[in-house]
Amino acid sequence: MLGFLVRRVIQSVFVMLAVALIAFLMFRFMGDPVNSMVAENASTEERAAVRERLGLDQPLWLQYGRFVARAAQGDFGLSWRNARPVSTLLAERFPATAELVLVAAVLSLVLGIPLGILTALRPRSFPAQSLQLISLIGISLPTFVTGILLILVFSVWLGWLPSFGRGDVVDIGWWSTGFFTLAGLKALILPSIMLCLFQLTLIMRLVRAEMLEVLRTDYIKFARARGLSNRSIHFRHALKNTLIPVITIFGLQLGGLIAFAIVTETVFQWPGMGALFIQAVSFGDVPVMAAYLVLVSLIFVIINTTVDLLYAVLDPRLRVDGARGAH
Amino acid sequence: MTLLSVKNLTVAFFGRSGTVNAIEDVSLELEPGEILGMVGESGAGKSMTGAAIIGLIEPPGRISAGEIRLEGERIDNLPPEAIRRIRGRRIGAIFQDPLTSLNPVLTVGEQLIETIRTHLKLPREAARARAIDWLRRVGIPAPEARIDTYPHQYSGGMRQRVVIALALCAEPRLVIADEPTTALDVSVQAQVIALLRQLARETGVAVILVTHDMGVIAETADRVAVMYAGRIVEVGPVAEVLRAPRHPYTSGLMASIPRIGPRPEVLPQIEGAMPRPHARPPGCAFAPRCPHRFVPCTDERPELTGTPVRSVACHLTTEVPA
Ligand SMILES: Nc1ncnc2c1ncn2[C@@H]1O[C@H](COP(=O)(O)OP(=O)(O)O)[C@@H](O)[C@H]1O
Ligand SMILES: [Mg+2]
Repeated sequence: MLGFLVRRVIQSVFVMLAVALIAFLMFRFMGDPVNSMVAENASTEERAAVRERLGLDQPLWLQYGRFVARAAQGDFGLSWRNARPVSTLLAERFPATAELVLVAAVLSLVLGIPLGILTALRPRSFPAQSLQLISLIGISLPTFVTGILLILVFSVWLGWLPSFGRGDVVDIGWWSTGFFTLAGLKALILPSIMLCLFQLTLIMRLVRAEMLEVLRTDYIKFARARGLSNRSIHFRHALKNTLIPVITIFGLQLGGLIAFAIVTETVFQWPGMGALFIQAVSFGDVPVMAAYLVLVSLIFVIINTTVDLLYAVLDPRLRVDGARGAH
Repeated sequence: MTLLSVKNLTVAFFGRSGTVNAIEDVSLELEPGEILGMVGESGAGKSMTGAAIIGLIEPPGRISAGEIRLEGERIDNLPPEAIRRIRGRRIGAIFQDPLTSLNPVLTVGEQLIETIRTHLKLPREAARARAIDWLRRVGIPAPEARIDTYPHQYSGGMRQRVVIALALCAEPRLVIADEPTTALDVSVQAQVIALLRQLARETGVAVILVTHDMGVIAETADRVAVMYAGRIVEVGPVAEVLRAPRHPYTSGLMASIPRIGPRPEVLPQIEGAMPRPHARPPGCAFAPRCPHRFVPCTDERPELTGTPVRSVACHLTTEVPA
């Protein structure tokens, strides 16, 4: 287990170095930063001075090394748009995205797993069949369309829920949370529904497919032949085997949720990192874009490693064990 | 009292292309502690007979005729919850493949303890002690330690021993062992059969032992039932049937012992193949392959005649060929 962990950490470091390289190259390809930092009519000497001060005259690999060293400390320089530290900007926006993604992820699991089980165990029942149909729609409708429909129905027609923003937030240290005010919670509902819908239908269909598969296995047949109760067969013997692959997909999709949050944040003017990123793109604010890229990749890497570890905990066959059975 | 009595049992599958009978008119009886061997080619209906007895026939199949009695009580028409209580408790089952019969994510102990506690109202600790005891009885070394390990940590032969422990741990009166060694390494097959025989003697459990291996039948069973194309064609005490088979199909089977190693699905001594359920001829299903076929065989199906102990379904035994 320890060897596995060490191997994964080393792999992750390489992945992050590659991502940092892409982020670093972004600066190169987005034009010469010196141009935007000196006056129009600056002399060649002045330009060279700035170049030297920024270290841009040094070999590329050295610049990359410095970029990595600073990024590792969370230092991505100043935003080109408003000259504030990029790390501060991201820290301000991070809680909004984190809470949105968290609620969406929890919703997709808490609803997706039971609904998947229901449709697997009672495939012919009316609720199961309508759920299958709805999930088909959910999986094929573009998310921004569902977002706009949600706004139309619940904000415009019914006027129950706000159509934009986070509502009231409470600051706890540097973290601003919408969990402790009614307005904050209400503001979370529509965006998190929009964000979770695709994931929810995916999990539901996956749980259903896996469950049906597991219910056909010999060990379930043997469990029935031993007279175990249906409850135990479904929720102890089958579910545990069903959830192992579901965990992987869920973990991978969690990264997808962060990426998809860009769309949701745009539709609901949600003040998160995704909205910040879209702004940065439209202003050509490279430091913010680079930092977003690195941060999101880091989150991906952390999630994937966690999923692999969890997998090993859930599936005894993957655990490293000393004693193997003899004949 | 007769432990198990199956009368005129027919299992039908209702498919799109009509109804086919997987087994037809199967009757057999089993006394307490008796070991009944069951032989026949693949597709003859051996597994289906076992599945019917433990009430595990899956739709679209169902019992369409006949009855099954366990210790005098009808069990073929019980509600699901009642038959569930019988499975494991009064009738155990052992399937072919020990590698896939155990749940990979639960320890051997968890599976044993759950099975014991489902049927016997025992506190956890007592059930655990009983589980360890069963592992010891089926020959698992160091059961106190092995009980908390997972199936993948056992070899194939050891897993089949665990499966046997699982089938017997709630002390059923009857166990249906459906080709319990077919999937095993040849070197451990004999050990597993010997274990089964020994446990049957110790516990007094009756066994229906399905196997392709006439050698195993000869050594293990008290009586043997021969199935062909969904029907029982001959039943009798092992020694008698082996010495003087009365159905030509049984004779063909006998010609295949003794043999070592994997057995071919199609018997080399008998030309042709067993008809599929939907293509059975109107007369005796074996007639097209039978070397002794005569006038009535192709038109008229021979009934199983004799006593529950010794009977045969063949025109040769009731009429003399002209
Ligand atoms: N789901 C099913 N639908 C239709 N026929 C089936 C089904 N399962 C089994 N059968 C038929 O039942 C017959 C008996 O099968 P089985 O009991 O498995 O044979 P055996 O165990 O003797 O090899 C076979 O002819 C098979 O084609
Ligand atoms: Mg079979």
